[in-house]
Amino acid sequence: MSWALPLPVAIPLLAAALMVSTDHLTPRLVHDAVAILASGAALAFSLVILLASQSHDVLHWFGGWHPDGGVAIGIVFAADPFGAAMASLATALVFLALIYSLTYMREESRSFDVLMLGFGGAMAGFSLTGDIFNMFVWFELMGVCAYALAGFKIEELGPVQGAFNFAVTNTLAAYMILTGIALLYARTGILNLAQIGHELAGDKADRLVVVSLTLIFIGLMVKAAIVPFHFWLADAHAAAPAPVCVLFSGAMVELGIFFIARVYWTVFDAPFHAHPGPIKVLLVVIGMLTMLVGALMCFLQRHLKRLLAYSTISHAGAMLAGIGLLDSKSLAGVANLILAHAFLKGGLFLVCGLVLMQLKNIDEIRLRGAGRDMPITGVLWFLGSLGLVGIPYVGIFLGHGLLDDGAIEHGYGWIPALTMVAAGTCAGAMFRAGARVFLGWGADEDELLSPEPDENPQERDAKVPLMWAVTAVMIGLGLVASIVPGLEPRSERASERFVDRTAYASRVLHGIAVHGGPHLPFDLPSATGSSLAYGSGALLVALAVAAIGLWHGRVPRLVQAPLDAIRDAHSGIVGDYLLWIVGGTAVIGAVWAFTLP
Amino acid sequence: MNYLAFGVAAWIFCVGVYGAIVSRNLIHLALCLTVTQSSTYVLLLAIGYKHHAGAPIFKGVKLGTPAVDPVVQSLTLTDIVVSVTVVALVLALAVVAHEHSGTVDPDELASMEG
Amino acid sequence: MRDRHNVRGLLALPAVGGLGALLAWGFSGMPPFGSFHGFYGQLLNAIALPQRHTTNVVTAIVFDYRGFDTMGEEFILFAAVVGVVILMRGDNEQPTMLQRTDRVHSDAIRFFGVTMIGVGVLVGLWLAAFGLVTPGGGFQGGVAIASGIVVLFLSIGYPAWSKLAREEALDPFEGIGAGTYVAVGLAALISGAPFLHNLLGPGTPGTLWSGGSMAIINWGVAMEVAAANLLLYSEFLQRYLGPKE
Repeated sequence: MSWALPLPVAIPLLAAALMVSTDHLTPRLVHDAVAILASGAALAFSLVILLASQSHDVLHWFGGWHPDGGVAIGIVFAADPFGAAMASLATALVFLALIYSLTYMREESRSFDVLMLGFGGAMAGFSLTGDIFNMFVWFELMGVCAYALAGFKIEELGPVQGAFNFAVTNTLAAYMILTGIALLYARTGILNLAQIGHELAGDKADRLVVVSLTLIFIGLMVKAAIVPFHFWLADAHAAAPAPVCVLFSGAMVELGIFFIARVYWTVFDAPFHAHPGPIKVLLVVIGMLTMLVGALMCFLQRHLKRLLAYSTISHAGAMLAGIGLLDSKSLAGVANLILAHAFLKGGLFLVCGLVLMQLKNIDEIRLRGAGRDMPITGVLWFLGSLGLVGIPYVGIFLGHGLLDDGAIEHGYGWIPALTMVAAGTCAGAMFRAGARVFLGWGADEDELLSPEPDENPQERDAKVPLMWAVTAVMIGLGLVASIVPGLEPRSERASERFVDRTAYASRVLHGIAVHGGPHLPFDLPSATGSSLAYGSGALLVALAVAAIGLWHGRVPRLVQAPLDAIRDAHSGIVGDYLLWIVGGTAVIGAVWAFTLP
Repeated sequence: MNYLAFGVAAWIFCVGVYGAIVSRNLIHLALCLTVTQSSTYVLLLAIGYKHHAGAPIFKGVKLGTPAVDPVVQSLTLTDIVVSVTVVALVLALAVVAHEHSGTVDPDELASMEG
Repeated sequence: MRDRHNVRGLLALPAVGGLGALLAWGFSGMPPFGSFHGFYGQLLNAIALPQRHTTNVVTAIVFDYRGFDTMGEEFILFAAVVGVVILMRGDNEQPTMLQRTDRVHSDAIRFFGVTMIGVGVLVGLWLAAFGLVTPGGGFQGGVAIASGIVVLFLSIGYPAWSKLAREEALDPFEGIGAGTYVAVGLAALISGAPFLHNLLGPGTPGTLWSGGSMAIINWGVAMEVAAANLLLYSEFLQRYLGPKE
């Protein structure tokens, strides 16, 4: 099955190259068909890899350069179930977004398709790679395609500025990651993840490793939109067309989170295994902070896409905290959360595309009541929001449940309560927006919410039924993510494999495959009493938040000043964003420098 | 001497980042990013350097002669290409932003607050 | 606005200072300058010539041992060019510099320019061709070729340049160059070997045909990089000098 590994990357890239070579020769229909076929093929092969990886990690050494006496000279793709699942998720989102865009993006559709294919191929490569510099290359390809896609609607200033902020902040993050990679290379002389971990094992953590940890993690946290490195995300989402936002919120941010886990469990677990406390605490605290700030900012938005973007930030914070617990059960929870969130959030962005196209606006207040004649669109919005609450057996429930169980086992019993409040608040903001737009409820004006410039739709006459169908498929997939038979034990076993550094190293470097254990059942997931309680509690929080948002519209005076300060920090000026990144790096680096060695 | 090369890399990184933070001009900002990137070149090449070693080219040179680390050189090559591409994109965005608003000052461009 | 900028400037100093301190602290743990002992590099220095018959170890790494990275990097350039073309696709309503001021009046400059174009392109081709033997390679050669051709604009003028550097002419080169890389890789895959495995035998060291499939990839990259650079230059130039469409 090793032959299948390069394909999710090679097929989209080859298709992109072909489309550019034959640009002026073939009609648009052919281009769209090629793009959809290529992304579909990439998805199919990713699923094949996912199936093959269930029993043991699938490897592919590029150029045929197998390890020479345990020294890795070539670049390897090492597909374990999580990596393969991330690749499948990314290619699935690209595939669905391209179908949605068949009519939604008619202007410059060839270039759009080329960039989407490049983006998809890069995300697949990023998920599957086992080499740290190869990761950097795919990180940059993802970035370049994303910057161009974010600035696609050049007719307005907003998208251009959003794309600029996005490009500059993420480029600084890339340089920080590269510096971190250079430090690891200086320390170990190798670029293969498994081998770096092997080299670092047994030694005390020295300065190079600590600074490298700081730089690489923060670079990835910028990509994952973790507070205080998150400011670029809302700008980029407001700028980009809806199908592109699907990829940003559904896959790109999650890949940052995924690789933090990957690089920790293959490289940094080695020196810090005995003494992971400072890393654990910092990641959990930053994750929780992100979750709460994201939920707060989400509530304060009236621009629907920015609202959804802040909700993504909030969920990303929960994911980071789950990884920060350094435990396989929480990691399984994070994986399920990523899965459900990607489809639900993606579907919600597709609904935004529908709203923008049919109602010519994306501002909640200005659209009040305007959606009363759009029942299908409205129902899709409410279903998507419902999936993101965490009510029992729907949407993100399995993810939150596993994450909370892991947290409680480790003595972090306060985490489930906070995730409940944050998820409930974000969903409440979505309910509020939906009620205002599609039902006409709530006040006419709301000073609490931040006004944003108007946005113009991409196309005037797209085929709405096709858009409905794709949106429904995405939201449907997200809603049922918690009740897929057999998902829970498989994700738990996959995450146990993920955190086993020595098994990964011996598989990659020496080809020793430890075959998976007994056949797992296909049962429906079970739920502990506490997760049922938290799930129901989240619904109450969501309804309360929505009601406050619709009819009360004010906050206590005590909260007003810090609220304004937080909102003011989101200035739209790129220099401020860079300052937060640099300052955050200095602080986190100092904390780890004093506590780790 | 030991810390000079690495110190230069750290200094260049910080100078580039500082310039980017306080920049009043989008073009200047893009070039500050280039400066920051060049610190990674210096760092990589300094890491791979070996005293009394030649280039990793063996035409006419006996195999086994000490040579500097070739891997960092290939990493730097990739790095340069990446830098060109990103700067091209950022400059294109700056050009288009200027056409929309008539200014290249990031402070005045802010249309996305909150 | 001014206040905000001043505050930011004041805060930037300690923040960047802190970052600098962190980096200095980290770099002080480096192995001493000039005594790096990374065994990956040493191993490759020793085996590149016997295994791949290339005397330039860096090129062997770029196009073979870590050739997959280079494929990704080539596509980064490719995607960036597509991105720049899209971003700059707006109407050229008012070109800021008129063509009239763009004429080159001196015959000496024109003559010298034409000569330099030839020199530049030849140097670029030489760099690309001999990249497997001596310092050089597809990337370096491609950039040199593009720089040589840009001298056309500098010494002759925009109209001559725009006739040569048309998007319709350059796009196929770019696409074929990029596609060649993936195609070589897939050809290996289809024939049962790992992706990008060398199918063509190692060749003779020290000559133009050394390194097997590396030579093909090398030329593909040279073509793509040259075309990509020319497209970038032409996009930016078109913005300021292009005629109203």
